[in-house]
Formats: sequence, structure tokens, C-alpha cells
Amino acid sequence: MKSESGPPVEAMIDSVSPASNAEVDDPIVFEQILRQQASREQRRDRMRRTARQVVVLAVFVCLLGLAYSLYKVVGTSIDDAQSSWPVIGSILPESDDLKMPPLPDIISGIFDEPRGTNEPFWLIVGKEAAFTLREAAVGFAIGVVVGLSIAIVLTTSGRLERALVPHVIASQTIPLIAIAPIIVIWGRKSFDFLPFEWQDWMSVSIIATYLTFFPVTINGLRGLQSPRPENLELMDSYAARWIQTLWRLRLPASLPYLFAAFKIAATASVVGAIVGEISAGVKGGLGRRVLLEAQRYTTGPERLYVAVLGAAALGIFVFAAISSIEYALVGRKGRQTVT
Amino acid sequence: MNGASPAASASSAAGAPPATGAQPPAVEVRGASKIFNLGRHNEVKALADIDLLIDQGDFVTLIGPSGCGKSTLLRLIAALVAPSDGTVAVNGKAADAARLDRDYSMVFQRAGLFEWRNVTRNIELPLELMGWKAADRRRRSAEMLELVKLTEFARHHPAELSGGMQQRIAIARAMSFHPQLLLMDEPFGALDEMTREHMQNELLRIWSETQITVVFVTHSIAEAVFLSTKVAVMSPRPGRIAAVIDNDLGPRTDATRDDPAFFANVTAVRDALRGGHRR
Amino acid sequence: MTAARALLHSWLPPVVAAVVILGGWEVLLAVIRPDGFVLPPPSDIGGAAIENFDAIVGATGVTGFIIVTGLIAGVVVGAAFAVLVTAFRAANETLTPLAVAVNAVPIIALAPIFNAWFGLLSPRSNQAVVVVLVFFPIFINTARGLTQVEPSQVELMESYGAGRWRIMREVRIPNAMPFFFTALKLATSLAVIAAIVAEYFGGRQDALGNLITNSAGLTRYNDAWAAVLAGSLVGIGLYALAVLIERLVMPWYFVARRSA
Ligand SMILES: Nc1ncnc2c1ncn2[C@@H]1O[C@H](COP(=O)(O)OP(=O)(O)OP(=O)(O)O)[C@@H](O)[C@H]1O
Ligand SMILES: [Mg+2]
Repeated sequence: MKSESGPPVEAMIDSVSPASNAEVDDPIVFEQILRQQASREQRRDRMRRTARQVVVLAVFVCLLGLAYSLYKVVGTSIDDAQSSWPVIGSILPESDDLKMPPLPDIISGIFDEPRGTNEPFWLIVGKEAAFTLREAAVGFAIGVVVGLSIAIVLTTSGRLERALVPHVIASQTIPLIAIAPIIVIWGRKSFDFLPFEWQDWMSVSIIATYLTFFPVTINGLRGLQSPRPENLELMDSYAARWIQTLWRLRLPASLPYLFAAFKIAATASVVGAIVGEISAGVKGGLGRRVLLEAQRYTTGPERLYVAVLGAAALGIFVFAAISSIEYALVGRKGRQTVT
Repeated sequence: MNGASPAASASSAAGAPPATGAQPPAVEVRGASKIFNLGRHNEVKALADIDLLIDQGDFVTLIGPSGCGKSTLLRLIAALVAPSDGTVAVNGKAADAARLDRDYSMVFQRAGLFEWRNVTRNIELPLELMGWKAADRRRRSAEMLELVKLTEFARHHPAELSGGMQQRIAIARAMSFHPQLLLMDEPFGALDEMTREHMQNELLRIWSETQITVVFVTHSIAEAVFLSTKVAVMSPRPGRIAAVIDNDLGPRTDATRDDPAFFANVTAVRDALRGGHRR
Repeated sequence: MTAARALLHSWLPPVVAAVVILGGWEVLLAVIRPDGFVLPPPSDIGGAAIENFDAIVGATGVTGFIIVTGLIAGVVVGAAFAVLVTAFRAANETLTPLAVAVNAVPIIALAPIFNAWFGLLSPRSNQAVVVVLVFFPIFINTARGLTQVEPSQVELMESYGAGRWRIMREVRIPNAMPFFFTALKLATSLAVIAAIVAEYFGGRQDALGNLITNSAGLTRYNDAWAAVLAGSLVGIGLYALAVLIERLVMPWYFVARRSA
């Protein structure tokens, strides 16, 4: 039974008024009321938790700004500290206005219009984030399909699983990102059979796919294997076909695992898209922006900071989006925390 | 009438040809043994020399100490594991053919409901697998809910039900396509005493209403004697059938639990179990 | 006998698969020979690896040092932080979800900022990227393992009069071990990718990332792939090490389970 994961017993009893208690003498109906109360409580709890997380995140960002400014004050004198505390001095960098532009500069950098443009910088970064989001989304979608297909194939045979899982894992140690330019060249050459024109950002999506399929495969495999032996035996006892067991038991049982994987994969797809752009030199996205602002850092350090903040916001946005979809589909029950 | 008959006579009964024109026995196990992980360091001799004959309409319990192979024997009948030696027939067919024909249905110690399906859809699972039409499924699941007296919970999800209610749904699921044979592996093992007795009454009611054959695994002597027409006592390591005890107590009521005949059979089963331990 | 069988059981399939994959790849390329040589056959990569052996080993040493030091620092800080934070319920309930959210940030994008802080050519900035990247999964997973314990186990310990630290040692830390190692294995490949990509923005010029980028820039794809392979070997080695430590530290976890 699931009641261990529910709220504490006191809370459930608390919420049933003595009046209704007296009316309900059927234990089954009474249990029903308790359970409904509990699930309502859980929903309210969840809302409260979400609200608190938003507040915490906001406070965290403020504290980060504060710490940043404080460090700037201390770090400016770290030059001298280098001689007096050699260890700390050599680990922590010294700071100056170029290395760490003042916080107000960064904030105004968000709203300033960079020279040669008539748009505020946040809008430019936002558009580029949308470009990167598209790369990431396509990479994510393909990665999910590929990853889940591999997981399904691997569940068919223990020997196949043992043969291929090590290679799936090893595939992630290949820094494909580093050879993004090669992928872009390859993409231009190899996909001319497609009904649409191949564009460089699609190659970046392939790089994102390479990072996204992995968590889906590994977690999907775990999820597909998660049904209890007696549930699998039950399907066997009904002489269910393989595809029936997959569709009616294995896939539904793996949903919580898959969503845990989707969250990781979504983050990874953003990383893949940003880094792929940087490495491949694909124009139009956030990765390109980070690279550009890094190259002309000395003329506007705050813009690099804003671009990186944009990348951070994109990552968190994508994560939050998948989390809400998960909540809408799977609900509070059966949320899995495996990674 | 309540005497213990040794295993040998049970198997000689099995050896008798089925009466002409009569239905084949529900279950016929002959010389079956099961060895897990044969030839490996973790080899287990789970069952040896099992002969068991179960007639149509019987209610047979398998009882024995933990690890003596009750579940394995049940899985052998269900063709979920293959015997290392010997044969298993269900309704006169090879066990695996009976499985493919869906001659039997299983209930496990855990209800094992699919938590993402509501009660109705859980009951309809086997019907879906058999390709029933939605309207027929609906009608049958409603019937089944009536049978286990949980009609008002049709739309609930398993997590919202108590353990006993879940187990009743599992029984409804198992009965939904009217199998001729019900295989139950400690189905009430996880329930409290009150719920358990209630479930026993319900099961007997269903059994007498449907004329189904039941093979029922349990740890509880009282449960075995209260429920069944025959008690097969198993001895451990490797699992054998030590005795098959006829247990003809007539129609059960709550008074049966206080009946001297009931206690006499409880004692008979306990003695047979002790004998099994000594061996 | 049984050891040989176990070896056959767990090692033979992946080896066979590797042979099939590499052989198929080689044969396929020999047959269709696509232009561009974007994905050279394994034999060409192997040849390039032998040819540039010294350069690749040198570069792998430089990057490998960054990976290993960054990984160790990130793991130690992340695990220690998890123990500290989960000791206080309020801290855990606010900081762990926060870390989960921050973990969604593409940390690698911080590389240019770290370059600004630590100096463009200093390996310190690359180490910093690895540390931060490794920190989050280790912290999050370990914190989960430390908190998601069976309440009855904690109550059992409390009934024995065990204190907080004792419960941490006897219940929480063992419970967190599988979580920790899951993250550690994940972190090994993350660390490799992070180090190599961070080198794209700066750091030592004789490192693996630069070797890959430069070779690819000169369309010397065989050399680029050979260097990629070297990075991958570092990742596989670290992963294998993590698995080995995992087996040594928690042998109980790998006893085969059976259904009742
Ligand atoms: N799949 C399996 N692999 C290996 N050994 C098994 C397997 N299934 C059962 N066994 C072994 O066979 C023996 C009998 O097991 P079984 O589960 O049938 O016992 P049981 O009588 O049902 O016990 P319990 O009353 O505890 O449920 C045990 O020693 C068990 O370890
Ligand atoms: Mg059993």
C-alpha cells in the first residue's frame, strides 16, 4: 500500500471533523473520506511548496548579487592577500571592474541598446534564446524517440542489454561537442535527400540529440524493467503478447522514470545546443552570443554576464516546463526521483 | 472421512483413468520436479516427484513451511515456469496450451493492480488483452464489481483503496473472463485477521456461485481447513507432497470455525506438517 | 569454473558487440566510401593515433589533470555539502530544490566568465567549470539519498538511543551510497565533456580540446577523431574506476535479488 508516502496520520485525522466522524460508521467509507482529505491536503501542500520555491529562487538571486558585490569589495584587495595568504590568494581570483563589472552595470546592460542596434539587449538575447530553444527542442524530441526506442529494444533480451549498455554509456564519454564543426559539414553533405533544405542549426540539434538520448535510454530501461515480477507474471498468465505487455504494463510503469529522464535530457539539450553553436560557429543563437561577447569582453563585460544569465534562464525555463508537464500528466503520485 | 491419506494413494488416484465421458481433471501433475539454476553454484532443488490430481470443482489448498516450493508448484501449473522433469496438464491439455487458451487465472499475494488504471480498467485488463469489445467489457466489469461488492468504487484508483479492497479487485480481475481454474498464491497473506475472514467468506461464496476450481496456497492451517475440499501438505527441501487430506466439512458458515470436525482436521493437517518437518 | 562462466556472462556480449560495431563500421566505409571522410574508419583513426601518439598523450595528460582534479574537488565539496545541508531540515528543504533548479543552468556557458576571473590561459578556469558542473549532480543525489531513508530504520536507531551523527553514519550514509555512485558515474563523463569544451574558450593551449579544434580546423579529421578517442578513453577509465570503487564500497548492493 502507498500510505507510507502520504502525509502523517495526525494530519489526516485532524482534518475530519467529529461530526462527520459520528455519521460515518462504515469503515470503508470512513477510510474513503480520510483518503480524499489527504489527497486534497497534498494538493494544497504542493501549491505552497511551489510558491515557496519561487520565493527561494528570487531570494537566491538577490543573495547571489549581494555575494558578488561583496566579493568585489574584498577581491579588489586580494592582490595584497596573495602574499599574506598564499593558499587562498592563489585559489580565489582577484577582482576588478573588468573581471567583475559592478552589479548596476550588469543590470543596466540588460536594458541598454548595444551600439548599432535599436533594440534593448534583453530582447536581442531573448530572440537568440528562442533560436537556441528551437535547436534544443528538436534535439530533445529526436533524442526522446531514439533513446526510448533503444531502451525498448534492450528490454527484449538480457544478453542484448549486457552487450550494448556499456557502449551506450561509453558513447557519452565521446566529446562529440568538440567536433561540432565536423558534424555541421557532415550534415550539409549527407542530408540532401530530405524534402526540406538542411540548415546548420539542425546539425546542432543532432549534437543535442547525442546528449539527450542517453538519460532517456538509461532511465527508460530502468523504468521498463520496473514492473514487479508478479505483474509481469500476471501478463504472462493472460498469455499477453510482447507488445501488449509493453503497451499496457512496461510503458505506463516507466512514466515516472521517463519524466525524471526528460528533465535531465531537457537540460542536456540546452547545453548541447549552446555548446554546439559555439563549437560549430552556427549563427543566430545564444551560444554564438556568449562566444561573441567573450571575444569582445573588454569593451563590454556586462554583456557577457547578461548573455550567460540568458542561458541560465533558458535552462531553468526548459526544466520548469518539463516539470509542469510532468505534474499535469503524472500528477503528484508516482513521481520518481531517480536520476 | 477426515483421515489423512498418504501421498502414495493420492498419486494412485491420479493414476486411475478418468471416468469415460467425464471432464478431464482440472490439474494433473505427474512426476514433476523443478531445479533452479541447474549446474550453477546457486542450484536449488525446489520440487521433487510431485504427483497431484485436482478434479473439476475442487478447492485444493497447498500448505507447507516457507520455501517448500508452494509458489513454484503453482507457477508450474500456470506454465510460468517449466518443469525440469515430469508433466503438467490443465484441463487435459499441456499446461502451456492451457495458458494460451486462458483456461486459468492467477491471484498473487500482492494485489498487483496497475496503479495508473482505475478499478474498472484494472478488472477489464484481461478482457482487453483478449480483444473484447468495450461494451462487453463494461458489462462484465460491472458484474464483477457486484460480485466483489465494490460497485461504488468503479472509478477509484488502487491507491485510494485499502489492502482488502485491492485484493477483492484482484480477484474480480482474475474472475472477469470466467476462467475454469483459479490459482491463488497466498492471496490473503497481507491482510489482517478480520479482513481475512471476511475475504474467506467472500471467496467461498464466489466459489460456490461459480463452480470454479481453485488451487490456493496458504501458510495458515485454519485458512486451509476452512476453505478447501482437499489440503495438500508439502514438505521442504526438496518440496514434496507429504499428504493429501480430504476435508469434507460441508457448506461453511461462521459456525464452521467452531465446529469440532473443523478442529479435528486442523489437527490432522498440523500432524502432517510436523511429519513433513521431521523428514 | 563459475568465475569463467560469470566472465563469459557479463564480458563476452559487450566485447562481441564492440567487434561487430567496429567491424561493421570499417566494412561499411570500405564499401560505400562517402566523400568528406567526416567519420573515418576505425583503422584510419587508429593510424592517426599512432602517428600523433606523443602529442595526443601530452594533451591528454594536460586535460586529464584538469578533469581529475576538478572531479575530485567537485565530488568532495558536493558530498560534504550534502551531509552538512541535510543535517538541518530547513536548510535541506530550501537548498536542495534550489540546487535542482540551478542544476538546469548550462554551466559550461560560465566558462568565459571564469576565464575572465582566473585568466584566459590559466587551467584554473577550466578546473572551475568542472568543479561546478560536478558539484550539482553529486550534491543533489547525495542529499536525496541521505533524506530518503526508510523512516522505520531511523526509528529503530532512535529506539536504540542513537544520536543524530550515529544515525547519519549507520542509516543515512549507507542509504545514500547508491545515489552517490549513480551521480559519480554521471559526473565522470560530464567532467570530460566540460573540460574539453571549456578549453574552447581558453586555458592551456597544449590541451586536448585545442588539439581537437585545431585538427578539425585543418580538416585533419583523423587526427581530430584520434584526440576525441583519447578523451573518451579518459572518460571510460574514470567510469570504470567509479564502478570498481562502487563494487568495493558496497558489495551488498550487488547481491542478486529475487522476488518472493
Ligand atoms: N526464480 C527462482 N530462482 C531461483 N530459485 C528459486 C526461484 N523461485 C524459487 N526458488 C527457490 O525455490 C524454493 C521454493 O521457493 P517457493 O517460492 O516456491 O517457496 P514457497 O513455498 O512459495 O515459500 P513461501 O511460503 O515463503 O512463499 C526456494 O528455496 C527458493 O529459493
Ligand atoms: Mg510463495
